[in-house]
Amino acid sequence: MTKQSRQEMTEKTPSIYPVKTKLQITIIFFIVIGFYLFSMFWTQREMVGGFGNALGNMYVVIEKFFPPNLEVIPKVWGEMAQTIQMAIIATTLAAILTVPLALLSAQNITTFKPLYLITRTFLNILRTIPDLVLAVIFVGLFGVGLLPGILALFIFSLGILAKLISETIESVDMNPLEAMRASGGNVFQVIYFGLVPQVLPQFTSFVLYVFEINIRASVVLGLVGAGGIGLVLDQQLGFYNYPNAMAIIILIFIVVIVIEFISNKLREALI
Amino acid sequence: MIEFKDVGLVYPNGTVGLKNINATIKDGEFVVIVGLSGAGKSTFIRSINRLVTPTSGVLSIDNENILGYKGSDLRKLRTKIGMIFQNYNLVKRTNVLKNVLAGRLGHTGTLRSILNLYQKEDISLAYESLQRVNIGEKIYNRADELSGGQQQRVSIARVLTQQPKYILADEPVASLDPPTSHQVMTYLKKINKEDKITTIVNLHFIDMAMEYADRIIGMRAGEIVFDGPASEVTEKTFEEIYGRSIREDDLRGGANKS
Ligand SMILES: Nc1ncnc2c1ncn2[C@@H]1O[C@H](COP(=O)(O)OP(=O)(O)OP(=O)(O)O)[C@@H](O)[C@H]1O
Ligand SMILES: [Mg+2]
Repeated sequence: MTKQSRQEMTEKTPSIYPVKTKLQITIIFFIVIGFYLFSMFWTQREMVGGFGNALGNMYVVIEKFFPPNLEVIPKVWGEMAQTIQMAIIATTLAAILTVPLALLSAQNITTFKPLYLITRTFLNILRTIPDLVLAVIFVGLFGVGLLPGILALFIFSLGILAKLISETIESVDMNPLEAMRASGGNVFQVIYFGLVPQVLPQFTSFVLYVFEINIRASVVLGLVGAGGIGLVLDQQLGFYNYPNAMAIIILIFIVVIVIEFISNKLREALI
Repeated sequence: MIEFKDVGLVYPNGTVGLKNINATIKDGEFVVIVGLSGAGKSTFIRSINRLVTPTSGVLSIDNENILGYKGSDLRKLRTKIGMIFQNYNLVKRTNVLKNVLAGRLGHTGTLRSILNLYQKEDISLAYESLQRVNIGEKIYNRADELSGGQQQRVSIARVLTQQPKYILADEPVASLDPPTSHQVMTYLKKINKEDKITTIVNLHFIDMAMEYADRIIGMRAGEIVFDGPASEVTEKTFEEIYGRSIREDDLRGGANKS
C-alpha cells in the first residue's frame, strides 16, 4: 500500500457513530449539565442558609444522639423480631403468588396474548406504587399495626419478584419444553419438568434478595405506623429520646448486616 | 400406518410449508427424508405429531385423521410418537435418569409425576433404555456434563422409555462429528429393526441417507419430488431432488462403522 492511498483511507474511515447521533448526544449532554447547574443554584436558595449551616447543625444533632442508651435494646427485641417476621411473611406470600403471575406474564409460556398483556399491565401498575404509599393506605384502612405493614410489603415485593422471575422465564431454553410437549406431557408436566429446573436457582436467589429489601423497607414502613421496630423508633424520636433512638438504629444496622451476609452467602452457593 | 392425503400447510405469515403431499408410510419402515434447507422436511415431520398443523388435506395415523385433534386426544397421539431433535433438547441442569424418565410423562398422571412417584417399572425401563444405548453408567450426571453424542444417546433413551409406535428424528446428527453420527444412526436403525418401531429421519447427508434408509423421500419447495426404495437411488436422483450437482458438504463421510 502506498503512502498516498493509506492517507486516503484515513480520510474515508467513518467514525463509529453517525454525525447525527453525535450531535444529539452533545445537545443532551449540555442540557443535563444546564439542569444540574440550575438545580444546584435553586436548592441553595431554598435551603436555609445553604450548606454552611449544615455542618454546624450536624454537630448539634450528633451530640444529642450520643452516647446511645444500649439498655433499651433488650426491651425492643420483641419489636425487632416483629419486623423480621413481617418481612418473612410478606416475602413468603409474595414468593408463592409470584409463580402464577410470573408464568402468566412470560411471553414464551402464555402464548394467549390478551392474558399476557393484562397480567403484564397489572404488574406494571403494581410496581409504580411506592411502598410507603401502600403502607399509608393500609394503615388508614386497618389501623396501626403489623397487618398493614405485611400487606404493603407483600404487594411491593410481588411487583418486583413477578417482574424479575417472568424475565428469567422468558430467557430459558425452550427446547426441552418442546420435547416434553412432543412426548405427550400436559401443560403442568411441561412446566414442572422442563421449566422449573431451569429457573429454580434464580427464583431462590431473587426471593432472598427481595427478603433483604423487605427487612430494610419494613423498618421504614414502621415509621408511618406499620408496626415493628420502625414504630418504636418513630416513638422515641417523637419523645426526643435521642440516645434510645440511637441504640435502636445501631440494633437495626447490625441485624440488617447479619441478614444480608447470610442471604448473600446462600445466594452465592446457589448460582 | 401414516397416510398423507393431499396435505398442505401454509404458515400464518403466508410461507408455504407443504404442498400436495401424498405418501403412505407402512409400519416398521425406516424412511429418510432428504432435501435442501427450507424444503419442508421439518414441517413434514412435525405435522405427524402436530407440533405444526397442516391447513388442508387429511393426515391419518392408524386410520384416524389427526388434524382435528385437541387436548387429551392430541396428548394421546403424541404419547405414541417419540421425537429426537437436532439439539437433543434435554433439560441441561437435570440428571440423565430424570431426563430419560420424562419420556414417561404422557403415560403418567400429573400428580404422580410431579410428586416424583414414578412406577418402579418406569424407572427400570428408563435404566434399561440407557443401557441399550450404552450410557448406563452416567445416570446421575447432569445432562450438560455429557458430550453431544452422549446427549443424543440420552435423548434416544428418553424416546425408548416412551415406548412409542413411531419415532421421528429431525436432523439427529447435524450437530455431531462423522463417527458419532454413524453411531447414532446405527442405534436408530437397530431400534427400528428390534422393536419394529416405524422411524422417519430427516437428513441432509446423501451418503448417510443411502446407507441407512429403506426408503427415501425427496422434498423440494414443500413438495415430494422423489419417493422410492433406497436401493433405486443414485447420485443422479439426488441431483434431481436438490436441483443442482452434488457437493462435498452434502456428504457426511467417515462410513467406518463404530
Ligand atoms: N414457524 C414458521 N413460520 C413461518 N414459516 C416457517 C416456519 N417454520 C418454517 N417456515 C418456512 O417453511 C419452509 C420449510 O421449512 P422447514 O423448516 O420445514 O424446512 P427444512 O427442510 O426442515 O429446512 P432445514 O434443513 O433448514 O431444517 C421454509 O421456507 C421456512 O422458512
Ligand atoms: Mg429442519
